[in-house]
Amino acid sequence: MNDVAEDSRQLDDAAELLWSRWKGRILVKRNEQVASLKVECGKEDLREFCDWVSEERDYALATEVVEETPAGFLLTYIFYAQSREPWIFVETRIAAGEAAPSLVDLARGPSFDWHEREAEDLFGLRFEGHPRLGEFVLHEDWPEGVNPMRRSFSARAWRGERESSASWRPPRALLEPGSFAMPIGPIFSDFAESSHFLLETVGEDVVRTIPRFFYKYRGVEKIVEGQTIDRALLLAERFSGASAFAHGFAFCQAVESICEIEPPPRAKALRVVFAELERLRRHAASITGICNSTALAVATSQASLIEEELLRLTGETVRHRYLFGAIAPGGVACDLDDAQARRLGACVKEASDRLGELHRLLRYSSSFLDRLEEVGVVSPEAALAYGLVGPIARASGLERDIRKLRPYAAYGSVDFVAPVEQEGDGYARLRIFFREAEQSALIIGQVLSNLPTGHLTAKFARTRAGAALGAVEAPSGAAFHWVRLTEDGAVARWRITPPSFPNWHGFHLAAEKFAFQDFPIILASFGLSNAECDR
Amino acid sequence: MTNWVLRGLRTGIKTTRYPGTEDLTPGVTPGRPLAAALPEQEATAVVEVCPTRAIARDGAAVAIDLGKCVHCYRCAAGETEAGLPWKQDYEWAAYSNETATARRALEGAFGRSLHIRFVDAGACGACMSEARQLNNPYYNMHRLGFFITPTPRNADALLVAGPVSDAMRLPLRRVYEAMPTPKRVIAIGACAISGGVFGPSFSSAGGVGEVIPVDVTVPGCPPPPLAILHGLLVLVARKPPAARAPQALRSGP
Repeated sequence: MNDVAEDSRQLDDAAELLWSRWKGRILVKRNEQVASLKVECGKEDLREFCDWVSEERDYALATEVVEETPAGFLLTYIFYAQSREPWIFVETRIAAGEAAPSLVDLARGPSFDWHEREAEDLFGLRFEGHPRLGEFVLHEDWPEGVNPMRRSFSARAWRGERESSASWRPPRALLEPGSFAMPIGPIFSDFAESSHFLLETVGEDVVRTIPRFFYKYRGVEKIVEGQTIDRALLLAERFSGASAFAHGFAFCQAVESICEIEPPPRAKALRVVFAELERLRRHAASITGICNSTALAVATSQASLIEEELLRLTGETVRHRYLFGAIAPGGVACDLDDAQARRLGACVKEASDRLGELHRLLRYSSSFLDRLEEVGVVSPEAALAYGLVGPIARASGLERDIRKLRPYAAYGSVDFVAPVEQEGDGYARLRIFFREAEQSALIIGQVLSNLPTGHLTAKFARTRAGAALGAVEAPSGAAFHWVRLTEDGAVARWRITPPSFPNWHGFHLAAEKFAFQDFPIILASFGLSNAECDR
Repeated sequence: MTNWVLRGLRTGIKTTRYPGTEDLTPGVTPGRPLAAALPEQEATAVVEVCPTRAIARDGAAVAIDLGKCVHCYRCAAGETEAGLPWKQDYEWAAYSNETATARRALEGAFGRSLHIRFVDAGACGACMSEARQLNNPYYNMHRLGFFITPTPRNADALLVAGPVSDAMRLPLRRVYEAMPTPKRVIAIGACAISGGVFGPSFSSAGGVGEVIPVDVTVPGCPPPPLAILHGLLVLVARKPPAARAPQALRSGP
């Protein structure tokens, strides 16, 4: 059966189910273009409906979008299915001055947690029933009642240099006599991103970790307001440089969806090649990080050689070592000639083989495995409740990969597997990195051997007003970019939910009851970026 | 264990010959736009196309302020379109201003033993990744006497990336204050030099120089490892700095 007919049938079934189950309480609209259902739901039914969608229908939360309207706020909860079923967009209006219902105590509640905390900080929107609001994106020194994402707030208005009050103390969970907390960060280690962890301990073992992020909040979603697509793309590529292509890709997808543009076949194929090249390099970097965290010097050197060679290969074939400027709305900005394609294919194959050899050597290094096995465990149940994505979710038994769930660009015609492991520990995550890197190389080989000819970009006739979601599988998991454009092509609202956002939220699950010296290893085995999470 | 030793030996020597000789292996740099004389219309076009105002008219030609360039390639000459020529090099580091030029470079005892503290002041991850590559066998900065230290109290130089996000202002200032004198600061990347695509804004200072004094700037988005290495060598007076951007460009908007 062809995909369009299949999507249409799925859409009918899903709409039918919603109608019969929620008759009279919700309003359902179909969107054939992106195979999605828009559900308008009253504030009083929101909790029950979201619980049903996520728990009973096994939908995961992609993102929660808050928009300021003249009458208050428009909240859009976007859910994606764990199969080919359509997206569900749930819209609820909250009048000015009212609170929204908090969803954190539902079965899948943790996945809503950070979205609500972020909305409370940035929009001043209260969530009734949320146990810990405040001091999240904006730290304790930020003045109360000043919400940067509100229309009335000027993006250029800097608040001056501030310090926390002398009486401020970080929140603690452990209150036993003799317990103490060891602070790490925001500037720590040799090359760590700025973030802070409070390790709570009663002596030898760390009982729990309280992370504190958003030191790197650059207000991307605010400063982009009113900017052109062209300028916004620069930000999309540069807010998280290590996964620049994936975010540029998701942003362009959203724009193309609004403007109803279809990239030509060659662009779709090259997008897959570039995205997998980035994934391969990122996974090599994560592997380097894990080897380095266990102080295995030769393995670190070997992995970092592969990483640098992939950077050089990218620089040589796509101009920029981190793929900046490779994507364009409607297609790609870089082409590969036959010689480049052949060289790229051969080098990627070689890098993959060498990673395989490194994996083999590591598997026989018991001192290395001892540091990873049963360290930093995330259970499948927790991964589900927290809505984890990417390699971390797949290391905990969740078969969740946007490339498989909602095939985009040329992924529908590529033969590959999304590896899954069950243990959820550091070693499972390392194996996922190795296996996915191998798959990336295979995908690149497949696509390059059958590269369509033709144009690089579709004609961009004119921009339209509208909103759409772009979703790609970035190296560290699903990246969702929700974009609203005005008539003249300016960005009115851009909600970025990078994979690091849910995954950093789940980090504390893995950082419980461990020995001090395991902390860098747990950190490295997540392979996450703070720049990506903090935006 | 012997497997690892053999594997290491079999790999051979990978290290670059820079700074002894120039290293132009393909892919070591994203390149940069070159100032060039262009016909009136094309010159206006490249000035307009630059999103970070790194290009300005300079008489009949256009001049480039590399500190603002984010390698977006929008001004690059394509096969069909006219534009600026693009040069594959990396010796881009310069003294940040006249005062820094006048300050004596860290020579003598520091020339072959410089301890560096890296600070992420809101960087996107690419600058940090490039700085991290300095430890890989291709660049191996230890051979040149550069060492990364985990504490500012042992650091002679700060290597700072990022536009300095609001929450990192205070930590950055504290790190600087904790360093013993003489101390030097290297700002790496367009964000650290000029705010790049982020700032200044409510959440970004728009450059390291807004918070602490900067001695050497390393342009690039991100600067490749060899450019950062050049910056370190400039700081200890083992390499001459690149020429700075024309005055007209720096005082511009």
